[in-house]
Amino acid sequence: MDRIPILHMGDFLLVTIQVDMYDKLATALQDNICRRIAETQACGVLIDISALDTVDSYIARVIGDIAQMSRVLDAETVLVGMRPSVAITLVEMGVALTGIRTALNAKRGMALLSAAAGARADAASGEV
Amino acid sequence: MPTEVKTKIPEVLEQEQAGILADWMKEQVAATTVRPDLLKEGELRAQSGRFLELLRSAARGNNLMDIQGPTWAPLREMLGELSRSRAIQGFTSSETATFVLSFKQPLFTRLRQSHDDLDGLAEDLWRATALLDKLGLYTTEAFIKSREDIIGRQQKEMFELSSPVVELWQGILGLPIIGTLDSKRTQLVMETLLERIAQTQAEFAIIDITGVPTVDTETAQNLLKTINATRLMGAECIVSGVRPQIAQTMVHLGVNLAGVITKSTLAGALAVAFKQRALAVKPVSSAGSTG
Repeated sequence: MDRIPILHMGDFLLVTIQVDMYDKLATALQDNICRRIAETQACGVLIDISALDTVDSYIARVIGDIAQMSRVLDAETVLVGMRPSVAITLVEMGVALTGIRTALNAKRGMALLSAAAGARADAASGEV
Repeated sequence: MPTEVKTKIPEVLEQEQAGILADWMKEQVAATTVRPDLLKEGELRAQSGRFLELLRSAARGNNLMDIQGPTWAPLREMLGELSRSRAIQGFTSSETATFVLSFKQPLFTRLRQSHDDLDGLAEDLWRATALLDKLGLYTTEAFIKSREDIIGRQQKEMFELSSPVVELWQGILGLPIIGTLDSKRTQLVMETLLERIAQTQAEFAIIDITGVPTVDTETAQNLLKTINATRLMGAECIVSGVRPQIAQTMVHLGVNLAGVITKSTLAGALAVAFKQRALAVKPVSSAGSTG
């Protein structure tokens, strides 16, 4: 079975999906991400789907779930590089993916995560 | 049944071709429906000659009732071509159909001369009328079809012309929408916008709906779809040009625009985008003094 690599960079986890997603792979990814967040205490997850031609409703739901689970585990999720055709399909299917952050490319996504991490650090130092 | 009596139409067409053509031309030139401004007499003569020639060879098959048959194919093709060219030249549908229908008069005259019994004449007149009416209707149908093709093409061109995506500033795209947003158009607008966002990596898209006359639930739904798709790609959408009555309609319809930045003018929307990108516009002369 394919395995989607999860890279640990600084405070963030980096997931680049390069292969076509199928349901089992998606649930395995969900498991792995949750486990890795707990292990690494990462405060952000960046999922790059710029290589994906198609995203079906199940995969979209799994991605939404990953975002919610990460939030529970105290990490922000940002989804980057969605292709126009994928965006149109998801909207037509009625999947809005509310509650997940999006960015145009990995660079912007990282900036977004860094900003969120910075805000969190400020809040933490303010409390103490 | 009319088929039992031997028809003389093919015979008459065969023998009197030149005479019929001369009479028919005289008829057509004298008629008010001929348009010398759009069609030269020489051209009309060529078309008439060709019609008569094809009609003669098709009538040889002795099958005058079924113009959908293979023997009539060349004539159908010729009439289709003629209708298309006349539709483009600006003829009306009745003017086009009259081309075929005006052929009755010369044909009837010749038929009357060639028949000596009344029954045979009546049968043949009926056959000729039925045939020419069918051909006339075929011409009208072909004419309308070419008109529809022209309209369809123009509509498509208008669609493409009316959905331009412009780059207002680096990283800020503008999409002025003019006309009603139906689902077909939304699809096109959405595709163009998203493609441009992917291409330019623009962070902001301003949708200006000043040119949208009315908003119904469908339009609003389509607008929301576009906004959501833009968000999924990671860009921010601002709606501008919302007129007072449109704002009222939207609220009455229960359209939820929560979380969407709306501004009444394009300038306002641009200002928001500038602010979020940490840009500012300053007058040149006082730039030095105000720092």
